[in-house]
Order: sequence, then structure tokens, then C-alpha cells
Amino acid sequence: MSDILLSARDLSVRFGGVLAVSKVSFDVRRGEVFTLIGPNGAGKTTVFNLISRLYTPTTGAITFEGTPLAQHAPHDIAKLGIARTFQNIELFEHASVLQNLLIGRHTHRQTSLWSELLFTRKTRAAEIAAREKVEQVIDLLDLQHHRESLVAGLPYGVRKVVELARALCTEPKLLLLDEPSSGLNVEETDDMAFWIDDIRNELGITVLMVEHDMALVSKVSDRVLAMNQGEVLALGTPAEVQRHPGVIEAYLGSVEDVASLRRKVTA
Amino acid sequence: MRFIFKTDYAQDIKLAKHGGHVFWYATLMLAMLAAPWVFSEYWLAQLTFVLIYAVVGLGLMLLSGFTGLFSLGHAAFLGVGAYTQAALTNAGVPAPIALAMAGLISAAVGMVVGLPALRVKGIYLAIATLAFGFIVEEVFARWERVTGGNAGIHIKAPDVFGLVLDTDVSFYFACLVVTVLATVGVLNLLRSPTGRAFVAIRDSEVSAQSMGINLARYKTLSFAISAALAGIGGALYAHKLKFISPDQFNILQSVDLVLMIVIGGIGSIHGAFLGAIFLITMPQLINLTKDWLPATIGQAPGLQGLVYGLVLIGFVLFEPLGLYGRWLKLRTYLQIFPFYRKGMFQRQKSYLKSDRLK
Repeated sequence: MSDILLSARDLSVRFGGVLAVSKVSFDVRRGEVFTLIGPNGAGKTTVFNLISRLYTPTTGAITFEGTPLAQHAPHDIAKLGIARTFQNIELFEHASVLQNLLIGRHTHRQTSLWSELLFTRKTRAAEIAAREKVEQVIDLLDLQHHRESLVAGLPYGVRKVVELARALCTEPKLLLLDEPSSGLNVEETDDMAFWIDDIRNELGITVLMVEHDMALVSKVSDRVLAMNQGEVLALGTPAEVQRHPGVIEAYLGSVEDVASLRRKVTA
Repeated sequence: MRFIFKTDYAQDIKLAKHGGHVFWYATLMLAMLAAPWVFSEYWLAQLTFVLIYAVVGLGLMLLSGFTGLFSLGHAAFLGVGAYTQAALTNAGVPAPIALAMAGLISAAVGMVVGLPALRVKGIYLAIATLAFGFIVEEVFARWERVTGGNAGIHIKAPDVFGLVLDTDVSFYFACLVVTVLATVGVLNLLRSPTGRAFVAIRDSEVSAQSMGINLARYKTLSFAISAALAGIGGALYAHKLKFISPDQFNILQSVDLVLMIVIGGIGSIHGAFLGAIFLITMPQLINLTKDWLPATIGQAPGLQGLVYGLVLIGFVLFEPLGLYGRWLKLRTYLQIFPFYRKGMFQRQKSYLKSDRLK
């Protein structure tokens, strides 16, 4: 099965007495948009943190292109070709947008400390090459206007896009998006859907995302994995998962629960 | 108001962004070259101290201002450099080689001190470096065979491969050369991947790591470079004073260094220089005003400490960006007159950060 990019097998994480993720298995195919959904505390972000090696699974393993991720240190994950964004934006705030994106090119760094101290011709050429790559991403995401701005002065919606741009600058094979539409207005969410499509279709990057906005999820995802209380509920196309009784129960509560809430109109 | 038209990516990499930069820095350089013939011997000595402190300040600025790691023990690196220089120069090693060794040995010590930085940050790192400062001061006092103990040690005039810099003017020029080289080196570093990695670590460790930045490596590197610059500054300091003893590298010196970069403006290269100027001229200004004050205040011990403390509190409260921030505001005010408005430099508070990952 060479078309499987990332595969998770029997992942479990325990924080003290809490089983945050319990026996979760899934495969992400090359070139698809795969979405994790679930109510708050379902363990979606924990799965992301496992993939970026911020946490180590208690049991189970994740393999990326056939190699187990557990062999790699957290800072090596980007080099393998996995980039991510964060739920609560983690940008470098006191740097310009351009600098943020250039930091995204870090894994492609070719210069040594000494050549940088002297700023040799090779360093200069490497800097300009990095800038050219960054400009392509700026063009794709329409960030020209904000290139020189300090992140600390940007509105939330733009920061979200800058974070996506920074992740793209690493030229990843797999892009992890943690709630790309949270905090965005309707128009910005539409843009985001459009870009996620572009990223998959034109750049050929596989996308794994966590998302709550079901309209966005059904618009862009190929497959959806629903989680609740750290366990897998359902896996399938967006429509299949939305119809799944377990999923409906997790979000809305069971039929009896709803009935019990209904105000009794007597006499 | 200046508009810069950009036609080339190389324009953004240049150190001098426009003609104004070229003109003013060239003027400054000429003024520095002419200084020995303009200033009296006393003020030239003060200028030399400004340069020496600026080199140390550059190092501490790189560590605290750009990598976000605080050190309350930087005087120890100053001392390591100074004693290395003293020991090697007195043994007949040419000054440039001794200077390089002073930098390298300080860097090696810096790497060792950097190790706790991989585990602790903020106030805990400050305490760890503070403890390190005390240990090193104690070593200077006890290792009498090399350091001369509390009695101190004299150091010969620097000998640059046969050319002995025994006049104030020649030593001033040596300091100027070292300062310019150190400044250009740090600026180069900041416009390349290493400098950006430092800034990334300062602003968000978790995302720096997920961008592929090896935190341990770059934090250690920052400590090493910072300590090397402090060591080089220390070596020049030793030559300038011609006599060093352990009490010159105590906690007060470390606090002065932190004071220097905070008042100069944390996170800017200009800040290191402005801070150095402040640190050197402030005692003179205090001395001048002493005669005007009533004797009970003017002659009281600890007046300098009191003034320093007040100035620091004033800056932290009213101008956290330091002297350089103040200058930026003034410049913007003049550039866009009369459109400057209050709060142009105010940044919105950061959006909620996830603390689950820390």
C-alpha cells in the first residue's frame, strides 16, 4: 500500500488518570484531505501533538512514509515533511510576516554559522533563493499587503493565513491544520476552503485537519474521522459520518436526553 | 517622509537600507575616526569604555533581546575573558591570538552555562546564571596561581605582533576595530537563518520546534556567541584598566550589564550602544549634579544606585522599548509631522496562547 502517507496504529495516551486517546487507528492516503471531528475534549489536538512528537504515545505507533515517527526528535519532524499550524496561533509575534515565513524555510537551510557571520556570497544567494520560495507562497495566499507588517499588529484573520503560509514555506508533504477556520468570519472561511482545495490540488500536499465547521468539512474533506472521549466513532465520507447515529448522539445527546429536556405542557 | 521603491530582493538583505543610512553611518564612522583629535584624553578614555561595553552589550542583547534568555551572570564571562587575556598576554602571547582565545574560552564556558537553559527559563534561568556568577567570582579569588587572587593582577600593554599599543589613542583604535567587526558579525547573523532561529525561540518555542529548529542546539549556540562577545569585551576591559581583580566581575557588574540593555532598548542593536553610552555617562552626570544638591543627599553613599534604580523603574513603566524606542518615536514624529498620534507604537495584547503545550 504505497499510497498511504501516514498511518496511526492503536494510539493511546494517558495523562495520569485520563485516557486522552484510546486505541485510535487510521490511515491518511497520499493526496487526500482527511478531517478529524469531534466534540471538545475528544482528543483531536492530542492526536496532532502525537504526530508532531510534542507528546509520546503510551502505546501504539505512527508511521510516516513507512518510518516510525518515534525514532525522530520533535525538531526533526519538519524535516521529514510534516508541517503544522496551531489552534491558538503560535506565530513569532515580534517579527515581520516576511521573517516568519523565512523561519519556515529553516529546514532547507544550507549555510554554516561561519559563512553567516561573514555573510558570504553563498549565504547571500541562499537568502535570495529562500526569499523567492517565500514570495511564491505570499502570492498564493495574497499576503503581499502584509509582507512587512509586524505580526503583533495584525488582525486575527490575517494571522491565521500567515500561519498557514509559514507551514507551506517548509514545503511539506503532509500539512496538519488545527482548526483552520476558528475565529474567522464567513468570508475568510470561504477563502480558507478555497486555499485548502488549492493546496491539495495544485501543490499536491496531503492535508490532515481538525475542524468544527461542518460546512467547511463537507466542502473540502475526502474522508472524515469522528472521535469522542478519545475513541474513534466513525470513519467515512463527510455525508456518511454526519448520518452516523453515534456521531449524532455525541454532538446532540441521545433521543431520550433530548426528550427529557422538552418542557412538559400539561393541562 | 521617505518612500523606498523596491525592485530587487537583495535590497531587503542589505545592511544599509537607503541613502540616509549610508550617509549617517559614514558620518558617525568619520567622527569616531576623528575622535582622538577632538576629545580630551579623559573623554577619549570614556569613549573607549563605551565601545568596550557596547561589545559586551551586543553579546547580552543577542542572548536576552533576541533569544529571550536572561542572564544575571554575564560579568562572569567578562571576567573569564579578562583573566584569559591577562594570563596569555603576560606569558607573551600576541594580543590578537590572546583575544581570540579569550573569546573561545568564554564561549566554551558559556556553552556549559547554557545547559540549564535547556531545562529552565525566565526567572529560574536568571537564578541559575546568578549562581554561576558567584561561583566564577569565587574561582577568580581562589585560583591565585593564575588570577593573583584578591590582590588582583597587572596586565601588560597589548602587543599586536610587535606593534605595542601602549598609548590611549592606539588602544582606542583597536577597540574601534573590534567593535565594528563584532557589530557587523552580529548584524550578519541576525539577517541569516541562525538569527531568525533565535528570534523564533524567543517568540514561541513550541512553534520554533515544529518549524524544525533544534531548541537545544540554538540555545547553546546563543549562549556561546553571547559569552564569546562578553569575553572579548572583558579582554579589552582588562587592557584598558591595566589591572583586574575579582570584585570587578561581581553581581553589581552583571546588574549593570542587564540595566544597560534594558535602558538601551531590548531587542535592538542600537540599544546595546545607547545603553553603553548611558552606563558610562551616567556616573559623570551624577558627579556633576552632586555639587548642586544639599550635602546630605549629594554626599550620601549609594546615590548612584538610587538614581540607576529610579531610571530603570522609569523606563520599565513609561518606555519599555528603552532609549532606542524613544528615538524611534521621535523619528516617526518628525518624519510624518503633523500626523503622529499617541499609541502608534502600541501593540495589541497577544491573542490567547495555548498553554497546554508548555
